[in-house]
Amino acid sequence: MPLTPENGVEIRRRISIMPESPGLYLRLSVVENLECFAELYETPDPTDRIDRALRAVNLVDRAGDACGALSKGLRQRVALARALLSDPEILFLDEPTAGLDPAAARDVHELIVALSRSGVTIFLTTHRLEEAERLCTRVAILNTTLRTIGRPAELRDQLFARTLTVKTLAPLGDPGLVFGDLPAVDGWHQDGPVAYVLTISDAAVAAPAVTRALVRAGADVLSISESRYSLEDVYFELIDENETAHGE
Amino acid sequence: MSVNSRRVRAIVRKELRDFRRNRSLTVGMAIIPVLFCVQPLVAVFTLDPAASTTLRHQHVLLYMLGIPALVPSFVAAYSVVGERQQGTLEPVLTTPIRREELLLGKALAALLPSLAVAYVVYGLFLACVELFAAPVVASALIRLPDLLAQLFFTPLLAGWSIWLAILISTRSNDIRVAQQFAMLASLPSIAVTTLVGLNVIKVSLVAGLVAAAALLLLNWIGWRFVSAIFDREQLIIGTK
Repeated sequence: MPLTPENGVEIRRRISIMPESPGLYLRLSVVENLECFAELYETPDPTDRIDRALRAVNLVDRAGDACGALSKGLRQRVALARALLSDPEILFLDEPTAGLDPAAARDVHELIVALSRSGVTIFLTTHRLEEAERLCTRVAILNTTLRTIGRPAELRDQLFARTLTVKTLAPLGDPGLVFGDLPAVDGWHQDGPVAYVLTISDAAVAAPAVTRALVRAGADVLSISESRYSLEDVYFELIDENETAHGE
Repeated sequence: MSVNSRRVRAIVRKELRDFRRNRSLTVGMAIIPVLFCVQPLVAVFTLDPAASTTLRHQHVLLYMLGIPALVPSFVAAYSVVGERQQGTLEPVLTTPIRREELLLGKALAALLPSLAVAYVVYGLFLACVELFAAPVVASALIRLPDLLAQLFFTPLLAGWSIWLAILISTRSNDIRVAQQFAMLASLPSIAVTTLVGLNVIKVSLVAGLVAAAALLLLNWIGWRFVSAIFDREQLIIGTK
């Protein structure tokens, strides 16, 4: 469907938005708020749909309460219920867990995952990078402008070399001999007296080969771990790159 | 362009529920008619029966058309800027509702209580005049043409005030400023009805019908014009 003003009604029928500020009518009850929006979306059987939306956010027992009497977290949940009323194909969520306690945030996360699995495309705006990493299949990082976009694993691979960190009980006699000619190991360097960082191309190939080489060398292995970079690392790497570029 | 009555009804119902529980709006709607009634009632009760001859050549009760001109402007001026300030407009604008439907819903929601207030207050005023004023004064004041003028011009004047107020509301950032400007914008209507009431402007039946038709047309133009300049995207992203 072309994104033209002529298709505005049809486009808005297929999307739903939960803004950062819930934007509820505070003098109206939860149900009255939802009734209004169910009608605006021309929802068939609005009573049933409202009931389902309230169940999805665990708010059935507060249905008759005035929204002005609810806590910020509960208002967020009402706004989420409102966004679910129309069974949208595309859902925009702006900071959906802002102000929620951990248990409520977990419930919202589970709901988002369930919606995503049911085929709803979700655009999630968040400052919580662990939330984005946990919930999103593709991530766009904005810092004034769009800095990067892609799957979290792709972004990590773009910015960071994949590495294995090996820790042994005692220093290896000749680490170059142990790590020198292993498949999928592109290089190595020592990181402290008993730690070695190996640059690898494929962890599934490199890790077993490294383990076998260490055993052959008679090393007492404490750990072999693949370095994990979080989305936060990606973010700061991008910001650092930006600041470096501006500094130059 | 077709108007979806279900969406319009949803806005009307929501607005009426909200108005009913908004104390500042209900108090504001109540104060204006009281101000309009008290002084004329006192004047009528103390009127010398000899003045009834003069009254027969005037249409003093048209003064009461100030109520439908002022009351809805107070409510309608709140409709857009009030929602913007509360952050409730953004979710509504992202639903399938067309701007024409949204504005029509808001206008009807302002019109319905205003009509109720205007007709009820007018009825009470007439009842007081009939019961407590001198009979010759009452019969000089209460005449069929004036009653008909009140009946038909009340919704037309209210509608015009509403579109002016919504226009101001879409362009304002502050509720109080919008309400003050909207009431100012209603004053010309009151001035005209007052001049007609005092017989400064003489109106025949034909002129009255033409004025009614012109107001009806202005209401339709008001709806279309305000809808045309209602910038949905700008209101969502919040930039001026």
